[in-house]
Amino acid sequence: MDVIRIENLVRVYQMGEVEVRALDGVSLSIAPGEFVAVMGPSGSGKSTFMNIVGCLDRPTSGKYYLDGVDVSELDRDDRAEIRNGKIGFVFQSFNLLARTSALDNVELPLIYSSSGLRADERRARAMRCLEIVGLANRHDHQPSQLSGGQQQRVAIARALINDPKLILADEPTGNLDTKTSEEVMGVFQKLNDEGKTVVLITHEADIAEHARRVVGFRDGRLVEDTPVAHRRLVAARA
Amino acid sequence: MLKFLTILKVGLKAIARNKLRSALTALGIIIGVACVIAMIGVGQGSQAAIQAQISALGTNFLMIFPGVATQSGARIFTGQSTITEDDVAAVGTECPAVAYVTPVSRSAAQVVAGNLNWGTSIQGVGVEWPFVRSWNVDKGAMFGDSEVRAAAKVCLLGSTVADALFEGQDPVGQTVRIKNFPFRVIGVLETKGGNTMGQDQDDVVIAPYTTVMRLLKGTTKIDMFMASAVSQNAVPEAQKQIEALLRQRHRLQPGQDSDFMIRSQQEIAQTADETSRTLSVLLASAASISLLVGGIGIMNIMLVSVTERTREIGIRMAIGAKGRDILTQFLIEALALSIAGGAIGIALGVGASRFLAWKAHWPIMLSPEAVGLAFGFSAAIGIFFGFYPARKASLLDPIEALRYE
Repeated sequence: MDVIRIENLVRVYQMGEVEVRALDGVSLSIAPGEFVAVMGPSGSGKSTFMNIVGCLDRPTSGKYYLDGVDVSELDRDDRAEIRNGKIGFVFQSFNLLARTSALDNVELPLIYSSSGLRADERRARAMRCLEIVGLANRHDHQPSQLSGGQQQRVAIARALINDPKLILADEPTGNLDTKTSEEVMGVFQKLNDEGKTVVLITHEADIAEHARRVVGFRDGRLVEDTPVAHRRLVAARA
Repeated sequence: MLKFLTILKVGLKAIARNKLRSALTALGIIIGVACVIAMIGVGQGSQAAIQAQISALGTNFLMIFPGVATQSGARIFTGQSTITEDDVAAVGTECPAVAYVTPVSRSAAQVVAGNLNWGTSIQGVGVEWPFVRSWNVDKGAMFGDSEVRAAAKVCLLGSTVADALFEGQDPVGQTVRIKNFPFRVIGVLETKGGNTMGQDQDDVVIAPYTTVMRLLKGTTKIDMFMASAVSQNAVPEAQKQIEALLRQRHRLQPGQDSDFMIRSQQEIAQTADETSRTLSVLLASAASISLLVGGIGIMNIMLVSVTERTREIGIRMAIGAKGRDILTQFLIEALALSIAGGAIGIALGVGASRFLAWKAHWPIMLSPEAVGLAFGFSAAIGIFFGFYPARKASLLDPIEALRYE
């Protein structure tokens, strides 16, 4: 069963009198264990695509099955539950809570999940996720005490905490220098190697080359869907 | 439940993160609740004090003053005594609702004992006076009918006078001089304390009214008389009977103004009670306004906080917080601020009340109900003023909120 199956997805924004078709009939399937880079210039519809795939937004028409479940008609609260349990977000600007320790940040999604874990169980799980990204020794650091790359790795740990079906990364290296970008991409490759499905939104071709498959957007349509021929592999994965 | 506790912790952490701002926000509630508590304490205290004094005075007690005349339409007290000793005796025997009566003739004089003297009021009364006033003789005995008939120079001292003139010695059997007449002290009255107006009731000398009237004042007319009804409920009836009897005895036509006035202790009590109640309500409402202002302060800060933390709200929503989770979190913050403010305010208010009681000798009384009410009110203010900002936060769109800088 596909992790993502999208059929004829349309998203129309009403800007006053004018209708903007941000997504105009997109169909796409992503199987478990894939590492897909979504590319396109600004205005191509890739952000709208990411909002819908991330269950932050609903399509105007078309179907979206996440992990076999139709999520295109769900209301706010149900989508929140889906985001919490099945999707791990990684954002361009990290989006960690300020003045909050790395461990507390990683633990945050568990607060809103219905898992019913005890406080010590949540701690332990958050700690394991920090170990995966190699930051267990920084668990008591606040975001302001961490470098950009470290902050992004904390964000990845947070995305992993509920063992999601899908990791959705929106320009995760946009705020990072080349070296740290490589580092962070290494973390994604490692997670993918371990079986995680990763969808990466980016406009940089060299970042997209870390994935296994590239899909291209232009004017709200899918214009490219190719495997990565010469995949860039990060040698020293965290 | 587990989730609620966790969100509770999140809310409390947010408060702890902004200590100064949280403290300043709570300050509005603290001052409001402290004011309400202190004002209720003062109000209830004075009301209770008045009640206590009134019941000590006896609530079935009536005073009948002579002489209200109409002059150019203005009802004034002329001071012309129209009430006679016979009137008093008639009220005593002919009004079934009246239990006891006593004529009163008042004077003021310097009382001298040895080398000490004391200026006080001299009350000339009849033998039933202790029953009318429910005021007992502590030492010695009340004078009897023969002393009244003979206008005997005997007196009883109020405890303040006894202390002033005899300084702890037993005054009974001693002689005091009033306006140069020697009076034998035959008793000391029990201590009564201050009255409704705060005057010392024990600063008094009691003597037969005949003696005060003829010897000290040189008149044959009494000043007024007092009566007591058979029970508290019989007061209105006694009042009616006295009025009817006196009008008949004074040959007043229907429609003509009475040449006397009757004042019951109940009326005085009611007036005093209403005055203090009005005062309490006034004080409490002034204090409530400050509580309201404190509530608006909470709303203000919570609104600022929602705007300032839009991104945080967006992050929380993106990773799975539902609208009601955000609502709960912000409501808890508002509620925690107002409850903490309420608790500190109660402590401060109780402290202020104690301070007033101790420093200004104000009678302070704080009922647990008042404290509970103030606390509940501050919590209600937290929910009321916290709800709008919390709801605003819960309705944010996660995509917009995440984009917010």
